[in-house]
Amino acid sequence: MPNHLDNVLGIHAAALSLRAQRAELLAGNLANADTPNYKARDIDFKALLADAQASQQGRGMQTTHARHLTEAGTAAAPEALYRIPIQPSVDGNTVDAQREKAEYMQNALQYQATLHFVDGQIKTLRTAIRGD
Amino acid sequence: MFKVFDIAGSALSAQSLRLNTTASNLANADSVSSSTEQTYRARHTVFAAALNDAQEAVGVDVRGIVESQAPLRQEYRPDHPMANGDGYVFLPNVNAVEEMTNMISASRAYQSNVEVINTAKQLMLKTLTLGQ
Repeated sequence: MPNHLDNVLGIHAAALSLRAQRAELLAGNLANADTPNYKARDIDFKALLADAQASQQGRGMQTTHARHLTEAGTAAAPEALYRIPIQPSVDGNTVDAQREKAEYMQNALQYQATLHFVDGQIKTLRTAIRGD
Repeated sequence: MFKVFDIAGSALSAQSLRLNTTASNLANADSVSSSTEQTYRARHTVFAAALNDAQEAVGVDVRGIVESQAPLRQEYRPDHPMANGDGYVFLPNVNAVEEMTNMISASRAYQSNVEVINTAKQLMLKTLTLGQ
C-alpha cells in the first residue's frame, strides 16, 4: 500500500489517461481509413508508462522541455509516432483497418483492466475506512 | 476519451455522405439528356484528415464533392424523345462497378466506426461506475 493518499492509485491513474489518449489516436486512424495520404499513428505505451513510473517514484528525469513528463507521474501530451505500414496503399494511406481495429480492442480491454485495478484500490481504501 | 465520439462521428458523417453520392450516382446511371451540359456526371467525395496539431488524434473532413471528368456516353437513338438534332442522346459517365465497390467500402468503414463508438461508450460507462 502506498503511504501517501494522493498516490493511492499508483501508476494506474497515469496508465488510464494514456490508454484514453491511445484510444483517441486509434479512433482517428480508423476514421481516416479512406483518407488519401493519411499516415497511421500510435504512441509507444510501454516507454511512456515507464517514464511515468520513473517520475512517480522520484527517480525520474528533470523536466527541461515542454514535452517532458510532469512530476505527478501523468504524461504530458504523448508523442505520436508513425506506424510502419505492412501493406501501404497507392493513395499514400498507411491505415490497416484490421490492425487498427485489433489494437483498438486490445487497448479497450487493457483500459478495463486498469479500471479494475483502480476500482480495487478504491474498494481497499473504503474497507479500511469503514472497518467492516 | 470524449474525443473518440467526435472523431468517429466525423467519420460516420463522411461515410454517409459517400453513401449518399453513391446512391445519387447509381440512381442517375441511366438519366438521359440531349446535350453534354445537361448530362449528370458521377460525383465523388474528397476526404482529408482534419489536421490541427501533428500530435493530436484527428477526425476526417469532407473537403468537397467533385464531378468525374471521364467522357460521357453518347448513343445514337433517333426515335428517343430526348434525342438532339443529330439523333444522339447523352448518358452519364457513371461506372456501376466503381460505385458498387465504393458502396461496400463506405458501408464497412461506417460499421467499424460504429463499433469504435460503442466500445468507447462502454468504457465511459464503466469509468462512471468506478468505486461503486
